[in-house]
Amino acid sequence: MKKLLYFFILYLFLFGKSFALIEIDITRGNLDPLPIAISPLHVDIKSQNYDGMKIKVLGEDISKIIEDNFRSTGLFNPLKKEAFVQKPDIAHLKPRFEDWRLIKAQALVTGKLLVKDGKLKVEFRLWDLAAAKEMTALAFTTTPSNWRRVAHIISDKIYERLTGEEGYFDTRIIYVAENGPKNQRVKKLAIMDQDGANTKYLTLGNELVLTPRFNPTNQMVTYMSYFRNMPRVYLLDIETGTQEVVGNFPGMTFAPRFSPDGKKIVMSFAKDGNSDIYTMELDSRVVEKITEHSSIDTSPSFSPDGKYIAFNSDRSGLQQIYVMRSDGSGVKRITFGNGIYGTPVWSPRGDLIAFTKMHKSKFYIGVMRTDGTGERLLTENYYQEAPSWSPNGRVLVFYRETKSGSKGEGFSAKLWSIDITGYNEKRLKTETDASDPSWSSLLSK
Amino acid sequence: MIFNKNLKNVLLVIFATLILSACSTAKKSGDIDGDVYTGTETVKYLASGVPDRVFFATNKSSLTTASRATLRKQATYLRKNKNLNVTIEGHADERGTREYNLALGERRANAARDYLMTYGISGKRISVISYGKEKPVNPASSPLAWSQNRRSVTVKVN
Repeated sequence: MKKLLYFFILYLFLFGKSFALIEIDITRGNLDPLPIAISPLHVDIKSQNYDGMKIKVLGEDISKIIEDNFRSTGLFNPLKKEAFVQKPDIAHLKPRFEDWRLIKAQALVTGKLLVKDGKLKVEFRLWDLAAAKEMTALAFTTTPSNWRRVAHIISDKIYERLTGEEGYFDTRIIYVAENGPKNQRVKKLAIMDQDGANTKYLTLGNELVLTPRFNPTNQMVTYMSYFRNMPRVYLLDIETGTQEVVGNFPGMTFAPRFSPDGKKIVMSFAKDGNSDIYTMELDSRVVEKITEHSSIDTSPSFSPDGKYIAFNSDRSGLQQIYVMRSDGSGVKRITFGNGIYGTPVWSPRGDLIAFTKMHKSKFYIGVMRTDGTGERLLTENYYQEAPSWSPNGRVLVFYRETKSGSKGEGFSAKLWSIDITGYNEKRLKTETDASDPSWSSLLSK
Repeated sequence: MIFNKNLKNVLLVIFATLILSACSTAKKSGDIDGDVYTGTETVKYLASGVPDRVFFATNKSSLTTASRATLRKQATYLRKNKNLNVTIEGHADERGTREYNLALGERRANAARDYLMTYGISGKRISVISYGKEKPVNPASSPLAWSQNRRSVTVKVN
């Protein structure tokens, strides 16, 4: 993935200070999305062909991705291009602000691109139409085949400028692709861009694989595999495809996640029927036992500062969420509501824990503060679990299964996302049925 | 009064019908005691009269009286067939989080293994594996299916 990154030569050529400019508060559900006009990028007529790509429509293709990204947030309302009043190249030089205001746009994105000597040069500008000002502008050079990422990076920059928060468009999601009847599922590791493009399958489906999770640099994945019918935690290098078993445990290891520095894996190990939480340092292979209890302790997740681990345990009789220091000391139960709680996942901001709740035959995805107060249930369904955070801590992706009939018919598993405001619930496009999603951090960071 | 008497009779008939239909539905969805499966559908046999599986209550790994009887039969069979090794597969229903269910399946398989060991079967002859909720025997989303899926299954290895 690093290889993809060498290309960013960024030069900021204007970073206008804002005076009472448009901004979006993303801490609450936005019922009044900001109207934004995303002009197709102008394609320089000096552009050359490249590797069979349709360069002529590349400007439109890039703006379409930006548009889709913005619509998917629920915070923006990208306006129809038929209403646009200025040609892309002229608008990019200097928009006639009053004309764009006429179609009720509050922000405008313009840009141009040139493909020459095997390189794609792109620049874009974001305009505040009310203040008649440029808000931000950026240009960079890359290989033309990276054009989708260019669109995502532009989207992130605009999102950041308008919301004051980091974006999450130049990211990927790793998940388990599912096929076949419910009692004979074939499962493969799959990876895709956050918008569903560029799906790649990382395993062949010969053995059952579960719960993949990225490391902080998105180059490694830890997951569980039943290779040779031995359920164990594995480590996969996405670039080289090399896989290895994590540790030398004489039994099932499962529920792995990386520590925030990427140096350790925290997971459960089942010994004589009893599951406790362990860590293993990847370099030294030093294994530490973190919990010691006759109950089931599993689904561990580090806090982003690495000081704490949240997990679920049935030591009280039913599954509840606990938090402890990362050495296992100071175990504290944090969930006391009605129902049972599982899969705690610490927000990348450190302020919230996302979870699955089961109550009266319904499954909920929710968030709470890290001491268990302020519980908010975001979505209710027949079956859903395993939330994973967008890198800016604003959106959760999870999977949902449908109820099936007497022969298993009607069963499906899909990925969904929802804002932590509880708004903007939507299904993510996947080529196959899907479960166990894990969201990467920003790739270009 | 007559009207009242008639009404009483009608009510009695309705009541009786309700009870009867309740019984028949219980039997239909049935073979469940508490929420532990007690039927024979899905059950296979290690040998004649030796069922291969036992069933569990929701979120539980404790063995019922019937489960212990089944496991004692398995123990007798394994004592007679000294060269036979087995794997006990532990399973859970679909109404729980995936990772917790892996742990639960492991605990159920070990409960069965421990019981066989108290009846003199060497632990070396019994391996365990948990499939969590990954391998339902009945793919339906119903209490009956879930009760059939909460199981441990003893499988011959050689």
